[in-house]
Amino acid sequence: MANLVGAKIERKEDKKFLTGKGRYTADINLPKQTYAYFVRSPHARAKITKLDHSKAMKAPGVIDVFTGDCVAKDKIGGLICGWKIVSQDGKDMKCPPHPVLAKDSVNFVGDHVAVVVAETLEQAKNAAELVNVSYKVQRAVTRTDEATKFENIHEGIDNNLSFDFLLGDKGKTDEAFSKADKIVKLDVVNNRLIPNAMEPRAAIGDYNTSSDELTLYTASQNPHLDRLIMSAFNAVHPEHKFRIVSPDVGGGFGSKINVYAEDVVVAYASKKIGRPVKWVAERSESFMSDNHGRDHVTHAELAVNNEGKITGIKVDTIANLGAYSLVLAAVTPTYLYAPLLLGIYDIPTACCTVKGVYTNTAPTDAYRGAGRPEATYVIERIVTEAAKEIGMDQAEFRKKNFIQKFPHQQCLVHNIDSGDYNAHLDKAIELADYKNFENRRSQSAKKGKLRGIGFSTYFEACGVAPSAVVMSIGSGVGLWESAEVRFNATGNVSVFTGAHSHGQSHDTTFAQIVGDKLGVAIENIDIVHGDTDKGPFGMGTYGSRSLAVGGTAIVNACDKIIAKGKKVAAKMLEGKPEDIDFKAGEFILKNSNKKKTIGEIAFACYLPGTFGDVNSPLPEGVEPGLIETSFFDPSNFSFPSGSHICEVEVDEETGETKLVKYTVVDDFGTVINPLIVEGQVYGGVAQGVGQALYENAHYDESGQLTSASYMDYTMPRADNFPQMTLDYTCTPATSNPLGAKGCGEAGTIAAPAAVMNAVIDAVGTDVQMPATAEKVWKALKKNGSKKAAA
Amino acid sequence: MKSFNFKSATNTKEAVKLISGRATFLAGGMTLLPAIKLRLAAYSDLINIKKIKGLSGIKVSSKSLRIGSTTTHAEVAASKEVGKSISSLAILAEGIGDPQVRNRGTIGGSIANNDPAADYPSACLALNATIHTSKRKISADKFFTGMFETDLKKGELVESIEFEVPEKSSYAKFPNPASRYALVGVYVAKLKKEVRVAVTGVESCVFRCKKLEDALSSNFSSSAIDNVNISSKGFNADIHASAEYRAHIIKVMAKKAVSSC
Ligand SMILES: Cc1cc2nc3c(=O)[nH]c(=O)nc-3n(C[C@H](O)[C@H](O)[C@H](O)COP(=O)(O)OP(=O)(O)OC[C@H]3O[C@@H](n4cnc5c(N)ncnc54)[C@H](O)[C@@H]3O)c2cc1C
Repeated sequence: MANLVGAKIERKEDKKFLTGKGRYTADINLPKQTYAYFVRSPHARAKITKLDHSKAMKAPGVIDVFTGDCVAKDKIGGLICGWKIVSQDGKDMKCPPHPVLAKDSVNFVGDHVAVVVAETLEQAKNAAELVNVSYKVQRAVTRTDEATKFENIHEGIDNNLSFDFLLGDKGKTDEAFSKADKIVKLDVVNNRLIPNAMEPRAAIGDYNTSSDELTLYTASQNPHLDRLIMSAFNAVHPEHKFRIVSPDVGGGFGSKINVYAEDVVVAYASKKIGRPVKWVAERSESFMSDNHGRDHVTHAELAVNNEGKITGIKVDTIANLGAYSLVLAAVTPTYLYAPLLLGIYDIPTACCTVKGVYTNTAPTDAYRGAGRPEATYVIERIVTEAAKEIGMDQAEFRKKNFIQKFPHQQCLVHNIDSGDYNAHLDKAIELADYKNFENRRSQSAKKGKLRGIGFSTYFEACGVAPSAVVMSIGSGVGLWESAEVRFNATGNVSVFTGAHSHGQSHDTTFAQIVGDKLGVAIENIDIVHGDTDKGPFGMGTYGSRSLAVGGTAIVNACDKIIAKGKKVAAKMLEGKPEDIDFKAGEFILKNSNKKKTIGEIAFACYLPGTFGDVNSPLPEGVEPGLIETSFFDPSNFSFPSGSHICEVEVDEETGETKLVKYTVVDDFGTVINPLIVEGQVYGGVAQGVGQALYENAHYDESGQLTSASYMDYTMPRADNFPQMTLDYTCTPATSNPLGAKGCGEAGTIAAPAAVMNAVIDAVGTDVQMPATAEKVWKALKKNGSKKAAA
Repeated sequence: MKSFNFKSATNTKEAVKLISGRATFLAGGMTLLPAIKLRLAAYSDLINIKKIKGLSGIKVSSKSLRIGSTTTHAEVAASKEVGKSISSLAILAEGIGDPQVRNRGTIGGSIANNDPAADYPSACLALNATIHTSKRKISADKFFTGMFETDLKKGELVESIEFEVPEKSSYAKFPNPASRYALVGVYVAKLKKEVRVAVTGVESCVFRCKKLEDALSSNFSSSAIDNVNISSKGFNADIHASAEYRAHIIKVMAKKAVSSC
């Protein structure tokens, strides 16, 4: 039974998901349910001069229509920014009002204006076409680098600047640059992405007019947090009468962290009409109105000395927040970004500024990696350029600058507890057969292809912590996690976690941990999550935190179960608690052959007395039952790291890039289930490659989203990938007892730089993401390629 | 989706008769249904033509290959007859969309729809096809009249498409990376009497490229294309490709097609 941890166990949840038995929000249908359809702005920026819904109200099947005036009258609060940033001048960031239904103005295509509630979806849609909104269309700004020069789009927010953030030591860094032997400069664009979870967002509000209880079913990564925000800020319903259920959730990638207008509105509408109100996003609504990710414009400089040592880094970034500031919109391009710009290099000084700007585009927020992919892209591109410019091998240059000793306090924020960067780079170089790359390059040349190689040696910081620190820099909540372990009388175990699986396989990973800890078969362990009425308050799943933080809470709760079990066992085995050992599900009295299984102990806890065959009185002072709860607040982040090596072939005639070889060696500390981790890495790399080569959210001059469907938004597909080579090294994390480091975002964080370094190596000149065929072709032509020009 | 009446016709005559008012034919539904769902189109009646016997199937003779209008892309791709007589056509069908689309989508639906980036229209032009309808025969040169427009009259049903069997032919497609329709598709065919080159994805409607046809008529080899100058004037430009890039890719695809003939 022991050693579930580390085993390649097939996912417990696969059966339901692979046989179509997953139960998502859209699968739920309630008696007397009604349907909501949103009227959305067709304009990027406009004043609403008139809104007339009288015709819609009279349309067949319509129950009610709600507008910005209704929610204002009923004092429904607007959407919030959950982590506020302070600018370098000491002033708080500026957040425009963000009503759940627009009142006077709209600020991006897809902005929510009104909602029609009807008996059927078709009726709701038909009636929505009759809602007459008059707009006075205004000029819109969409480009990140133009926002501060454009007229104010929100009243009182000058230059469309939300914040001007600074991290680091400007004076010391300027000095390092003045003494540098070489300064390497780089301008990069981090393209805007659309998260594209497989399951579109969905929400059903269900108000019970008899009990005054409100239930919201919603596809969310963090139901407790949603409930807190919707009670405290949106004033939808008091927290103790409010239940949020997030059943199976089909991917989120950060886009299901936010409380969205649709969540608030269906909950509100259900209270107003006294019937359930259901809304399921159409794919085009997902494209328009899910939070987008990335969208940075950055200038970076690296100071290097003649020995090839990095002596400082300077980065200036403009981050596009979109039309409003969402829950993690401000922390993502600041605290989750700037500290990571140091990479895994021992850099003595740094200075980074970030301007957060508003534009007439969909709001941006966390998207898989949240800040760390953007930072990794900057540092891994610029160290590659630096190695090139000083004529050093790129692996050598990296190693020369790697942090070698741990713990290591970086000059910005992070205190990295453990790592061995040479180990994963050496292993990756070996697996990728780096030494024979030039042979492969000439082989490709014979086929008329330009081959390039790219490295990305990344680290990341996941499981944002500790709570006291994050709250001191603006977070509206602490980032601990909870667990409750219920050992049932009949010997099976229910585990309630505040984390939420929307593809991360918690049902399996967490069961493995509990199985090993308590000596219970994995089939007899149920992992429960996603329902505020079931487990204790939890913070949810994002930032690769579930295992390091949530898993630890589970371990701690199990430890409490064992401690209590020892007391009960001592009584039954006639010894002292300190003389009881617990191993593989058995409590054993030291130096004896007397033992009790954990099942027997649990049974005793629920039947504390003597009756017939039962003889299990509990020791004095021990309460009946075997249920323990733990809240874990980690002392630090965990810091996974790794090396990606990518090879591409570029077709010189067409500019098409093909990924031909991809090697990953990660250090995730203790790996609980290699099968699941592999899945996370494959998926993560695929999304990172998507950013590098294919994906791009494109707004035209007038603010229309021109990539609003799969006909125009290029997703990476299976046939874009070679078989990847994955491997691991291991330095356990010291900030949690599992030794685990997050793995969910690593692939997405490292891959864009690895791919682009390879593309640029092949092409011989700079290319910005996504490296589409035409962009690469143009770069080749500019670089003098005859084939491209032919 | 707005609701509509669904009717199945069992023969061509009945199908044609059922078209009145805001009614239209439904074949594979791969284009029509998404348009209705997105409310880009609305109909009172959809007339299912997939139940009509004899509309589907493949017939070969030494001179021509005739494909029934409701024959699916998957059937064309897998057909031994097509593979033997005009293998480039089977390859084209294999490259349309994904397996689901190929299993439902039909050749008749594709040409009646005449999407500017669809593949089959280029085959029709290059292989000098004749479109047999419920009313008449139309030559491919006259059939494709504009963006999503054809010479078909209201209620006129495509029954089959008859392709001339060429001496040599090949189709080279440069897919749009997102939709995988043709960003540029070039169909080259060396027929008994002439060389034809049809280009799709590049303008509002599929067209024959006279310059490439002339060059290849005098010298059917990829080097003949090197000196052809393709002007990008009037070509599509969008977020996926500029007109200039499309012009460049026409040549690259044409060479690829000729060298794999
Ligand atoms: C995801 C996806 C990817 C695709 N990729 C490609 C691609 O790469 N290349 C490509 O060429 N196409 C592609 N298509 C389009 C596909 O080929 C469609 O099947 C085709 O365009 C329409 O055929 P259908 O049988 O589905 O027609 P329907 O959708 O049923 O009908 C289309 C139109 O044609 C009319 N019609 C249908 N049959 C007849 C007939 N016999 N006579 C008269 N009118 C008729 C209908 O009334 C309707 O107006 C793709 C489609 C999808 C959904």
